[in-house]
Amino acid sequence: MSEVLVVVEHTAGEVKKVSLELLAMAAGLGTPAAVVAGAGADAAVATLAAHGAATVYVCSEAAVANHVVVPMVDLLAQLVKDKSPAAVLIPSSVDGKEIAGRLAIAVESGVITDAVAVAADGTATQNVFGGATIVQAKVTHGTPIITVRPNSIAPVESAAAGTRVDVALTISDAARATTVTNRVSVEKSGRPDLSEASIVVSGGRGVGSDEGFASVIEPLADALGAAVGASRAATDAGWYPHQFQVGQTGKTVSPQLYVANGISGAIQHRAGMQTSKTVVVVNKDAEAPIFDLADFGVVGDLHTVLPELTKIIKG
Amino acid sequence: MNICVCVKQVPDSWAEKKLSASDSTLDRAAAERVINELDEYAIEEALRIVEAQGGEVTILSMGPAEAVDSVRKAISMGANSGIHIVDDALHGSDAIATSLVLAKALEGRGFDLILFGSESTDARMSVVPAMVAARLNLPQMTFASKVEVAGESLTIHRTTDYGYDEVTSSLPAVVSVVEKINEPRYPSFKNIMAAKKAPIDTLSLSDIGVDAGSVGLATAWSQVSSFADRPAKPAGTVVQDEGNGAAKIAEFLTAQKFV
Ligand SMILES: Cc1cc2nc3c(=O)[nH]c(=O)nc-3n(C[C@H](O)[C@H](O)[C@H](O)COP(=O)(O)OP(=O)(O)OC[C@H]3O[C@@H](n4cnc5c(N)ncnc54)[C@H](O)[C@@H]3O)c2cc1C
Ligand SMILES: Nc1ncnc2c1ncn2[C@@H]1O[C@H](COP(=O)(O)O)[C@@H](O)[C@H]1O
Repeated sequence: MSEVLVVVEHTAGEVKKVSLELLAMAAGLGTPAAVVAGAGADAAVATLAAHGAATVYVCSEAAVANHVVVPMVDLLAQLVKDKSPAAVLIPSSVDGKEIAGRLAIAVESGVITDAVAVAADGTATQNVFGGATIVQAKVTHGTPIITVRPNSIAPVESAAAGTRVDVALTISDAARATTVTNRVSVEKSGRPDLSEASIVVSGGRGVGSDEGFASVIEPLADALGAAVGASRAATDAGWYPHQFQVGQTGKTVSPQLYVANGISGAIQHRAGMQTSKTVVVVNKDAEAPIFDLADFGVVGDLHTVLPELTKIIKG
Repeated sequence: MNICVCVKQVPDSWAEKKLSASDSTLDRAAAERVINELDEYAIEEALRIVEAQGGEVTILSMGPAEAVDSVRKAISMGANSGIHIVDDALHGSDAIATSLVLAKALEGRGFDLILFGSESTDARMSVVPAMVAARLNLPQMTFASKVEVAGESLTIHRTTDYGYDEVTSSLPAVVSVVEKINEPRYPSFKNIMAAKKAPIDTLSLSDIGVDAGSVGLATAWSQVSSFADRPAKPAGTVVQDEGNGAAKIAEFLTAQKFV
């Protein structure tokens, strides 16, 4: 069976869940082979082997992180040419989509973004137009390059050889055209990562203030072990950081449970959460379009319903 | 500062979008056409840069004849002129072909900055800016929430999952901007009138040296094989809070094994 390359996203060797999901998906298409680069790549090998990677291509060049996207593209282009994989699977993140786009040009292949499933014959399923339409698409030229959304498939623990193959990379002139001079992190909350969380508790304009997020939304999220999300109305008002915006211009989430509070359900918000498996809504306006997506909804004031709900859940 | 802003005409993002039953491309007639909202932030940023440093803003769009309306809309915000690539052979082009056409149209025009929106609201791929940067071999300065031009050097805040990266490059460069960067202006009445007469260069594929055989639906490197509406969700249960709303939700969450 041909190899399927999986691009690994990690922080100092700590592998992001989405990459493990992609290994599980790759197993349906061929032999999973992980590609991991940058400082800490070594530390990722064992985890990748434990999740089905028959081969782990390791590029320990720490400078890959110093330039926007291009080093990873150069590395993958080299591997695609040398190994002729059946496909390349890449997480659908900001970097992931741009890597996919440039790689497609470099190796003259078709590219599909934001797949939620990939069949054995390479046919990808995408939810387009904010999830309203389901499309089946296939790369018809070159090596299929497919970016896959987080939470599309469950990671599988399956011990594989995880044979380490070191790959050398020279940082190209094209890569050196940009230099990352500083990295600024918003405070880590200790909550699950928004795009990977299995439960998301979101707040919108109805939350009313940053204080409302701290006293009503976050406690419920913590009681459920959930990530916190926000509508654009809430991030624009400065009540919650932009990183947590769900929707067309924020994150696309597909959790098991999405709890929408004080959110009307504008088409741009739905675009980011429409594929959630179960949706619970609290909104005081019975006519709010978000109720159309609700599996369970309460017409009421979130400022009374949510604290009470948090109390019940905490027992 | 000589700036080009790439602008796409898309179906209104407030409207329901549809694929065409005949060839699975976007049914552009099904919704009102507007300028991709996210490109307005790129236009605004370009205008602010030339207002501060002097220079000109050119709008570039590839699309059917009607897309000229979006070029004029962009000019009415304050841009100076437009380039519109129209050709029947372009119908159904994918991002790979689009980036080829845009790159060819940009080549040799001496732009210091080429600005993009971070994504088109219809295709939502967020790949065209990176692809154009690759094709023109220019620095890829994408997902900017802040852009600073100082002499020959450019600094941006590139949006990341954890916050942002400060990134520098030289000029010329390709930049895409996110919607948090600014608040796009409304066109003034004077500019709307002036835009009706503004120079727009209408070019075909042969004008920019692109082979018609390398673009369009038939040559796309990925193809849609089928599509369907998402099955309507069965209506859920909605109850009025009568003091027991929280308990009802808790019951539901317990039944679904979330707690
Ligand atoms: C180009 C573009 C991109 C966009 N991208 C995004 C995006 O990524 N994400 C996004 O979310 N939006 C996005 N939007 C904005 C979107 O159109 C809406 O404006 C936004 O989603 C509204 O947020 P909201 O639902 O919180 O606010 P509103 O629409 O004002 O709704 C607030 C809701 O709260 C309810 N409410 C008020 N008080 C209470 C209370 N005490 N208890 C219970 N309910 C209460 C109200 O009944 C109402 O339904 C985008 C718009 C554009 C043009
Ligand atoms: N046909 C087009 N003409 C001009 N610019 C385009 C076109 N298609 C895409 N773009 C630009 O590329 C950006 C990203 O588009 P996309 O990769 O399709 O999400 C858009 O915001 C536009 O700035």
